[in-house]
This record gives sequence, C-alpha cells and structure tokens, in this order.
Amino acid sequence: MYKKIAKHNIQGLCAPMMIDDIDTDIIIPAQHLTQTSQSGFGQHAFARLKKANTDFVLNQKRYQAAKILIAGDNFGCGSSREHAVWAIQELGFEAIIAPSFADIFSNNAKKNGLVLIELSTDTCQQMAQFAEAENLYLSIDLATANVTSKHFNHAFNINPFFQYCITHGSNEVDYLLQHMGQIKAHKTAAVNHSLFIQNGASQ
Amino acid sequence: MPDNIVEKIWQQHLIKQQNGFPDILGIDFALLHEVTSAQAFDMLDDKNLGVYDSSKFLATIDHSIPTRTNRHEIHDPTAKAQIELLRKNCAKHNIPICDLDSTRQGIVHVVGPEMGVTQPGMTLVCGDSHTATHGAFGALAFGIGTSTLAHVFATGAILMNQPKVMQVAFTGELPNGTYAKDMIMHLIAEIGIGGATQHVIEYTGAAVRALSMEQRMTLCNMSIECGAIAGLIAPDQTTFDYIKDRPYAPQGPLFAQAVEYWQSLCSEPDCSYDSTIELNIAELKPMISWGTNPQQAIQSHQKTPDEHNAAMDYVKLNTNQKLIGTPIQWAFIGSCTNGRIEDLRIVADILRDRKIATAVTMYVVPGSEQVMLQAKAEGLDQIFETAGAEFRLPGCSMCLGMNDDKVPAGARCISTTNRNFIGRQGTGSITHLASPATVAYSALAGFICTEFIQHEAS
Ligand code: SF4
Repeated sequence: MYKKIAKHNIQGLCAPMMIDDIDTDIIIPAQHLTQTSQSGFGQHAFARLKKANTDFVLNQKRYQAAKILIAGDNFGCGSSREHAVWAIQELGFEAIIAPSFADIFSNNAKKNGLVLIELSTDTCQQMAQFAEAENLYLSIDLATANVTSKHFNHAFNINPFFQYCITHGSNEVDYLLQHMGQIKAHKTAAVNHSLFIQNGASQ
Repeated sequence: MPDNIVEKIWQQHLIKQQNGFPDILGIDFALLHEVTSAQAFDMLDDKNLGVYDSSKFLATIDHSIPTRTNRHEIHDPTAKAQIELLRKNCAKHNIPICDLDSTRQGIVHVVGPEMGVTQPGMTLVCGDSHTATHGAFGALAFGIGTSTLAHVFATGAILMNQPKVMQVAFTGELPNGTYAKDMIMHLIAEIGIGGATQHVIEYTGAAVRALSMEQRMTLCNMSIECGAIAGLIAPDQTTFDYIKDRPYAPQGPLFAQAVEYWQSLCSEPDCSYDSTIELNIAELKPMISWGTNPQQAIQSHQKTPDEHNAAMDYVKLNTNQKLIGTPIQWAFIGSCTNGRIEDLRIVADILRDRKIATAVTMYVVPGSEQVMLQAKAEGLDQIFETAGAEFRLPGCSMCLGMNDDKVPAGARCISTTNRNFIGRQGTGSITHLASPATVAYSALAGFICTEFIQHEAS
C-alpha cells in the first residue's frame, strides 16, 4: 500500500468491458471479503460474469496481459470496499477509462495508484470497438495527462494532487503527517462537537 | 453569502486549504467493523504509527457473524479469523468494542446513534457506504475506504474536496401506509443511481420534519444508492430528544450548551444549493424494486417498464407487469435501513394474531442487541414466532451474502434492505426492496402485496 514507486507513464493493451453501472458486488462479491490481507482478491474478481459467459472479456486469452480497462458509465458504484480496487489491480490493470466513476471507488483508486480516466461515452465506445476488432495499445502520460495511440489522442482531467503523488511516488498519508501540528492545533481550538462528546462507552 | 448546513460543517472542520490540493478535513469520530478495518490496522503497523486518539473510535461486529443462537460457533475460518483480528487490533490500540453479548453489539449504523455517538455538526466516517445513515442527526457522515480509515487512525484527518450540495425538498404529506423507505426509494427511482454523485444531499420539507429519528435514518441510509456522498437532515427538537441521556451524549449542563450549538448549524433560510429537486409525495404509494439496482423500482400500482431490460431476465419478470401477486419464498426484516425498533413494531402490528404463508421463510433480524432486548421486552418476539417467522440475533444477516444467512439460488425474497444487486443476498437470489410493512403483508400473503390479504391456508 505504501509502496513508493513513481510512475510517469502507463503503456499497455486495453480490454473492453462496456457495461454500465458495474458495481462493487460484481467486481468482488461479498463472500470473498473475509480475508484480512490485501491480496488474494484478484482470483475472485468479476467471478459471476466470468462464470456466466465463457466469452466474457476477462476469460479471453488475448486480454490476459491487458493493463488498461475500457469500461461503461458509473463504474464502481455500490459499496465502499477498497477490496474492489485491490482486486482489479491484482488482475494487472493499472488504469481504467470510462465515462464516469462512482465517488468512493474513485477515492479508493487514487489512494492505491490506480489511474481513472474519464472520457466521453463516444470515445470510450470507439476505444472499446478498437480493442475488440484488433489489439489496442494505449499510452497514458500522467505528467501531461494525455492518452494516445495510433488512432487516439485525448487530453484528460487529472487531479493535480493525485498527479503529484503518483509521479513522485508520494502518498496522502505522508502529506497528512506533514501537517500533524496544524491538525492537532485545529482539534484543540475548534469549537466543534468534540467539545461535547463524552466517553460514555466504558463497557 | 449565507451558508447551508454542509458548508457550515465543512468550514468548522477545515484545517487547510491549498490550491490544487484537496482540503485537509478534521474527522471527529470513526466507527469500525470487522470487514474493512484489518488492512487499515496493517497500514499503521507498516508505517510504525499508532492511533492518534482511541476515544474517537468505536468498533462493532456485524457483517460476517451468524445470527443463529449459537453464533459464537463460526464455521467459516476466514470470517472467524477476521473477527478475532478485530478484537486483537482493538485491544492493542485501546479502541472500545461492542462485542457479542455486551448488550451493545449490532450493525454499525444502528449502534452509533443508539450509543449517542452520532451528534449534529460532527464529521463521522466508517469504512462502509451506508454511513450516510448518521446524517439523520445533521452530521456530515460518509463512507470511506480502508486506506482513508488508516489516515483517520493516524491523524484524525482526511484529504477531500469540498462536495457540492443538493437540496431534496419533499413536499406534501406522507400518505398513511407509506414510510421513509418509500420516500427514499421514490427519490432514487426518479433521479437514478448516479443522480447525486459528487453531492451531499440535504433533505428538507415538512414531510421530513414530521419523521421520527428512526425514519430519518432510513431516509438518509439509502443516499448512497443515488450516488450521493452523504445525505443529512438539519437537527431539531426530535433530534435533541433522541440524543439526550445516551451514553456518549453531552451530560448535565453541557447538553443545553450543545443544543444551542447544534441549532446554529441549520441552513440559513436564504442559503443556496448547487441543485434543488422537489418531490411531491402526497400521492405516493408503497415502493417495490423490480430489477437489479435500487433505481429499478415502481409504486405498487405501477407496472414494470415497457421496454425489455436485461435485469428482467435475471429477476424472471416481464415488461409491463404488475409486481403485486408475484409469489415469494423469502421475507427479510432487518439491516441498517430497517432493523430498528420502530420497524419491528410496524411488522409486529401487521403479523399480530396472523400466520405467514407456509411457502414463505421469514427472518426478523434486529439491528442490535438493544433493539433485540427492547423487542423482547415488548413481546414482539412472541408475535413473530407465533406468526411463523424466525426472530434471530443481531447482525447484517441477509443484507449481503457474506455470512450464513443467504437466500438460495433462484428464490425470490422481499426485503427491507437497501441493495438488490445481482447475488447481493446470495448467489442467484432475487431481491425486491420494500418497506417493513410491505414485507410483512407479502409474507402473510405469500406473494408481493401492500395490504392485508387473507391467504387460503389460514
Ligand atoms: S446491514 Fe447491510 S448495508 Fe447495513 S452495514 Fe450491514 S451489510 Fe451494510
């Protein structure tokens, strides 16, 4: 989790999964959440879709080495389980391109260095068609925030702080710890509810 | 410009704001459960960090435990290890835990308010997407991932961008026989499962004011199902009365001081919102979901959509079909949406001196040990048992398929929970979300319905 590897570029094969509203139960079903480490989720990722359809994209040999997932709208909706991000990373994906992502999933992805790129539905569909028809290799430049290939050239929005973290191999907790003095001072001074909370739970 | 309640809470917890960086936001309290905390404790160890203030955390066990009488016997070895690890981690970091049989164990979103932890104006987080439940108290409460929980452990703060605020104004009076569950399901059906992404919702209107605290929790609970980061309701006398004298509540003269502060949090009358939605509920009928996400829901008199939808294959329903009359095999009362004492009372009133259909298995699972004890004190357990339902021990139970309580493949369940995703209640299970009343009526009839229908067997 706190591996500090600076990353500037992601290059790789794309796998098309143009299904809208892929929820976290689809990504990693709840029965596999009892594990207490961060690994071991990849083997169960998308299990239901894999089982239901032998042609499902992740069952196809040609996509086994894919690093970039092209997905549908509202990807990652549902629960807060970070296991969903870990599972996708364990499958070898370093980036997901989709029209939109659910909020908690998106936050979780950032913390784990999984790059999420929002492009228009049309562009995603075109990319998915390409990735199906022939092999689509994309190059994602994190410093300039561009996705390119022979056929595509798209700028994307990247959160500047995430961009800083991923290209410097830094992470959020380091940034917070740097501000510990300010955080403590605020907690002492703030006229907020903490003033009132009692530690009544001495059970 | 006058502020709304979310802006006020944000300002009061804002520690640092820097261009191009997310805000550093102070977190007042975090609730934990066994499923999403283990890796966060690992992260602390990895970095050699401790918990910054253990009194600002409270843990419980809810997701992976059995709800049968001998619940201490956990057959799944990984679930057992996960629970034992939570106990160990809490002991190590001095975090109070509402353990089994402590009289305080229960679903994390039932326990927090019950303990008086949840208070207006606070920032509260939990590694769980239904943390918005606590917004019923006028708290800014939202789900976080495991890494973020590690940040809260270590620093008491998180990094976040200030959310947009959406006002959802319910107009009209909630009709008899409909509940907060129907209000929120109606909203989700209207705006869709992505309808409020990147927003915190403030629920307003006389119909919201008229709700009890427990109903307000049901309303806020499902905010995430339309994509919202959180949902909240400004505090009022109903809120203060509920909090008073609970274990974590301000005691003695501090309480009056707290109330004064809490009142100051309400949105200013002429504040602005990023968007506003008005929903008139005067004619609302009970809501029932038909599909495989909470947006796919209709009112009891309506029919499934004209257009064929892939979800229909999974749930074995057709286009243009009424849900009323669809046979069910399972009925579930419980979860952080509808597992509180008021929900159980509604169900008991319907089941009293009646029997559920023989083809139906019905579980009534209290949200917490406190709810269970109260239900027993009122004799509700007797009513459930006599009707042929099983009254079980508290936990998430059949809300998600990660403990022993599962709906079998192919079986149809009417459920008071919040998600009808494919396989949510067990592989191959079919879920219809509804209010406790609708679930109770359906269990009696043996098919989906929203009023009392005498079934042949009785
Ligand atoms: S009852 Fe269901 S929704 Fe609520 S915390 Fe448990 S699993 Fe999550």
